[in-house]
Amino acid sequence: MTKASATKLPRGMPTVTLESQKNGTMSKAKVKSAKKRVAEDDNDQLPIFDKDVTEKAGEEGDEDLSDSEESVFSGLEDSGSDIDDEEEDDGDDEDEDYDADVILDENLKNSSGVETSAEPAASDKSTPKQQDGKSASKERRKMKKGKGVAIDGRGEKGLTTTFQGLATAQQGDEYEHDTSDEEDIRNTVGNVPMEWYQDYPHIGYNLDGKKIFKPIRNKDELDEFLDKMENPDYWRTVHDKTTASDIRLTDEQVDLVHRLQKGQFGDVNFNEYEPSVDFFTNEVMIHPVTNRPQDKRSFIPSLIEKEKVSKLVHAIKMGWIKPRKPKETTPQYYDLWAKEDPNAILGRHKMHVPAPKMRLPGHEESYNPPPEYLLTEEERLVWEQQDAEDRKLPFLPQKHSCLRAVPAFSRFIHERFERCLDLYLCPRQRKMRVNVNPEDLIPKLPKPKDLQPFPTTMSLVYRGHTSLVRSISASPTGQWLVSGSDDFTVRFWEVNTGRCMKTLEVGGAVKSVAWNPNPAVCLVAVCFESTVLLLNPSLGDRLVVSSTDQLITSYEPPEEDKEQAVTWALSEGPEHNKGHRLTLTHPKAVKQVVWHGKGDYLSSVMPDNSSNLQVLIHQVSKRRTQNPFRKSKGLVQCVSFHPLRPYFFVATQRYVRIYNLIKQELTKKLMTNCKWISSMAIHPGGDNLICGSYDCRLAWFDLDLSTKPYKMLRHHKKALRGVAFHRNYPLFASGADDGSVIVCHGMVYNDLLQNPLIVPVKVLKGHQITHDLGVLDVTFHPTQPWVFSSGADATIRLFT
Amino acid sequence: MGGLQKKKYERGSATNYITRNKARKKLQLSLADFRRLCILKGIYPHEPKHKKKVNKGSTAPRTFYLLKDIRFLLHEPIVRKFREYKVFVRKLRKAYGKAEWTGVERLRDNKPGYKLDHIIKERYPTFIDALRDIDDALSMCFLFSTFARTGKCHVQTITLCRRLTVEWMNYVVASRSLQKVFISIKGIYYQADVLGQLITWLVPYQFAHDHPTDVDYRVMATFTEMYTTLFGFINFRLYQTLNLVYPPKVTQHLKLSALSASLARVVATAEEEENQLDQFPADGEQKEQEDQNRLFEGLKFFLNREVPRESLAFILRCFGAEVSWDKSLCIGGTYDVTDETITHQIVDRPDIDKQYINRYYIQPQWVFDSVNAKMCLPVEDYFLGVTLPPHLSPFVEEKDGDYVPPEKLKLMALQRGEKHEEEEEEDEDEDDDDDEEEDNDEEDEDLTEEKNLKKMEDQRSQGKVRLEQEEKAEEKRLAIMMMKKKEKYLYDKIMFGKKRTTREVSPPDSTTA
Repeated sequence: MTKASATKLPRGMPTVTLESQKNGTMSKAKVKSAKKRVAEDDNDQLPIFDKDVTEKAGEEGDEDLSDSEESVFSGLEDSGSDIDDEEEDDGDDEDEDYDADVILDENLKNSSGVETSAEPAASDKSTPKQQDGKSASKERRKMKKGKGVAIDGRGEKGLTTTFQGLATAQQGDEYEHDTSDEEDIRNTVGNVPMEWYQDYPHIGYNLDGKKIFKPIRNKDELDEFLDKMENPDYWRTVHDKTTASDIRLTDEQVDLVHRLQKGQFGDVNFNEYEPSVDFFTNEVMIHPVTNRPQDKRSFIPSLIEKEKVSKLVHAIKMGWIKPRKPKETTPQYYDLWAKEDPNAILGRHKMHVPAPKMRLPGHEESYNPPPEYLLTEEERLVWEQQDAEDRKLPFLPQKHSCLRAVPAFSRFIHERFERCLDLYLCPRQRKMRVNVNPEDLIPKLPKPKDLQPFPTTMSLVYRGHTSLVRSISASPTGQWLVSGSDDFTVRFWEVNTGRCMKTLEVGGAVKSVAWNPNPAVCLVAVCFESTVLLLNPSLGDRLVVSSTDQLITSYEPPEEDKEQAVTWALSEGPEHNKGHRLTLTHPKAVKQVVWHGKGDYLSSVMPDNSSNLQVLIHQVSKRRTQNPFRKSKGLVQCVSFHPLRPYFFVATQRYVRIYNLIKQELTKKLMTNCKWISSMAIHPGGDNLICGSYDCRLAWFDLDLSTKPYKMLRHHKKALRGVAFHRNYPLFASGADDGSVIVCHGMVYNDLLQNPLIVPVKVLKGHQITHDLGVLDVTFHPTQPWVFSSGADATIRLFT
Repeated sequence: MGGLQKKKYERGSATNYITRNKARKKLQLSLADFRRLCILKGIYPHEPKHKKKVNKGSTAPRTFYLLKDIRFLLHEPIVRKFREYKVFVRKLRKAYGKAEWTGVERLRDNKPGYKLDHIIKERYPTFIDALRDIDDALSMCFLFSTFARTGKCHVQTITLCRRLTVEWMNYVVASRSLQKVFISIKGIYYQADVLGQLITWLVPYQFAHDHPTDVDYRVMATFTEMYTTLFGFINFRLYQTLNLVYPPKVTQHLKLSALSASLARVVATAEEEENQLDQFPADGEQKEQEDQNRLFEGLKFFLNREVPRESLAFILRCFGAEVSWDKSLCIGGTYDVTDETITHQIVDRPDIDKQYINRYYIQPQWVFDSVNAKMCLPVEDYFLGVTLPPHLSPFVEEKDGDYVPPEKLKLMALQRGEKHEEEEEEDEDEDDDDDEEEDNDEEDEDLTEEKNLKKMEDQRSQGKVRLEQEEKAEEKRLAIMMMKKKEKYLYDKIMFGKKRTTREVSPPDSTTA
């Protein structure tokens, strides 16, 4: 019952016993020489596969089995002896010496192979026997053998072989510790493709350098087939390329293959579930690991330490080292301002703005305030809905019946924190409070009482028109008043009685009427649609009326007829009887007519942004028309003649331009600062101008002063529609859509250094507002301090 | 034109200001440290006149500091301490991380600290300056002294605040400088006249605080740090002016801190010290002041357990009264309820079982109202279970045209020396007058015609007057028309404000009338 692993171990085993055992088991034929046999047996262990299993005898099979059992541990298998056996059995004598040679060689080498195989076995058994307890382990081995652990039945031969091998191993001592794990090399060609030897009779060289010849007859396919069919061991036959021989695997080998395929250990006997034994125990033992006695120095006090300690002691004695003082946690206070040094006051202290103190609490903060300080239910709701910033009081006043009932104030910490934030985050500034008496802000103006006369009350209402009255004009004598309305009529009124003297139907809504300012001429210019009509109302002095007619008829047409912008037509027949004298047909709708102060010239406005034909100046006596402007400077709103000098004022939307008619040049351009000028009036002195605008402003210009308004009055609530100056009195009036006429005292001084004095003196109300329109036109009585106003409510009112 | 083009924002106001972030970088401080430094040094931001110019053309909202202020901060030695502290924290954290406990201990022992003495001296070069600015310090310390000893701030801070406030109250009692007191819904306001400075502070009611989460306690703690230092020095100086020992002796102080809730011991010590002080008699005080200070002199008070003991004891002692309370309530009570010499017992409950005949049982508001009125008010209004008269703020000084609550008018009449009854009589007189008029009407029926004539005349004259008034009104309206735009705006604003005040005042008038 040999074990391959035991091969190496039984060193001290006497050879004799081995010999004797051998003799008992082995066949005589095999035993050629002891030496040779030893070599053979040694060989047994090494090669992997048995050679030429097919030719094996049953008896030999036993041997083989024993051999293979050895190799179970080594993982390798040798069949060197088998080969020999077979050869011998077969009686292949020719190969005999060669064989012997091979075996010898192998013997030499095998010792190392033995070693190799033995070691893993040893480790598997986990028995530390390599160095010392070899004998002991050997005994154990023997025990195992005795038990018959080995799987197959095995002949004594195997055992003997093994022991022989061991003996040999003992002899070849130098290989004992050879740990090389090289394979058994029977063929020394190395790892080269065996095809290289296809054409040769040999397939390599043995250890002695002799050729290893191929078997004489290669198996062909038929052989293969027959083999397959007949040989029951065909399935366990493997072809070894290096030796070109077939090897039949033993049962052990097959078993090994199976086990390896299953991933099991090669060793059958290896118990992988053996209880583990620690190399070192984790328990603390009472005895030391080493039994070494303690050092001497561990008993003797250290001199160096002694020196150090004595130094420290000395230092403490001398008072050089003091124990650490306990830290003072309470701050120390002293008289910080013991000597108040005036120099210590830095410059920055003068700049410093001390934080304002907290507001002192009022009655409402009391825990028991007077009842009037408590919020009502609505106020409380309002307070709750307001944002914290909007609230007048940061808390809700509350009343508690007694001090005991007062709860903690929930926002106390918040308020202190907010104060902290204010202190370090808020920029500080000294702010001067405006402590102004509002009465001081009101300008000190002369009392209106001292500025009389001015119109104060409404005294007459001229009714008769059925639609809004766009324009009114008073005769130069002040006896008559003419009005033009949207109901296509022009009415003449007697001022003092309010009686309508005449009504003239015209063919359109009357935009503007203007009475000739020359008292010697009785002419009224009326404009509607694109016509300007010159009427003789036949009112007043007959002489004047007739002289006016004469003036018109006395016209002699010039010799060369010039092409004119308008057509002049003399009225005749019924129209003449109605009072029509001259008809000027314009190319476009006319918005305004204005007389020159002397009454000979007449200007008409045809607002149209695109053309230069917006303003025309007509001369009545010569029936001549001229267009003074070559270029359009914007939509013309109104025009006016200077009362004294040959100047012409043209108001566009935002500017008033003053042209010198003689020099034919622009003299001035006034910036009104208004959005849209509605009306314009010139002071009879000629140096001042007022402009009313649709954006509720009235601008007073002092032409000598600047092109910007001297005063801007915003006293109307709505758009201004008409402005007028009084001819004699220092008065001007403005009418607006809010239905009021504001009369102002506008004193212009002859002294150039004194600015005009403007004082509003009266707000006259009376007109009803219809269709969002109030007063449309205002004009003053030429001699009396009276003002006429016409409104959208189809009335004309006189304020005296 | 020659010359280099002038670069924008390199001169003028742009160079005088510095944004907060830049300042922080210049000082190499974290935002928290910068904030702390600003609080301690009293540096606050400035609003430039032309913000856009200073902001280099940008209109982004920024906080600006004066560059001068920041330069001034650069030389502050405390900045170095801040940095040291930062390093200390870092080391400590490291030691903790490595679990080097000895290292932690050593580091803790050498924790860098700083003192604010020099800053206080620098900020307040004279004592009066400091005293003027103590309002906030007082309120803050009183608040912190009521904090519970958990979380929020260091226990040392709380005890220190408590100590300082107790010392302060002690001083006020000793110097008899309390002027006004006011029970508000927030707490109790006190006003004292200390060395000519009116100092007002607010003490919260003694309840546990519901600590809000949206309050940065670090800011508060920094302020408190500064305030305690300031407050301590001021206390020292104040005690010195009264020739008192500061701090009160260690043994007493120990007792003081042990019986922190008890004012009595403190007051007792103060009185003891006052005896020493008698050698330096203070003279030249005004008589009125003296009278007010002796308001409760000779009276003996007993505080029931439900009244706020500390504040009442403080006030009463300030005006020379003797105060005691139940011994079981707090240490410091000098006599018992059973003492027959007690003149007033302050009770805050609807009724009391056992009453002594020879003493008044009054509600605590009496004390406060009497102090504010500077006279002992009649006790009838403040008896047990009586609906109390409204408690008015003593800090309100009505100007002409302001609303004065009727209670105040009564009080003023009382102070003038008229008795309450007289006032009632006056009211009756007025009523009588009305009655008389009515009587006259009834009696003189014959004279009715004459009267009618007179009335007509009156009406005429009234008409004239009315006309005049109208004229004046119109004049005014016309004049207002001529106002300049700017002035008009201002005028409108003022008039709006006036109208609003009259609107607000009118409802209470209607209710009272």
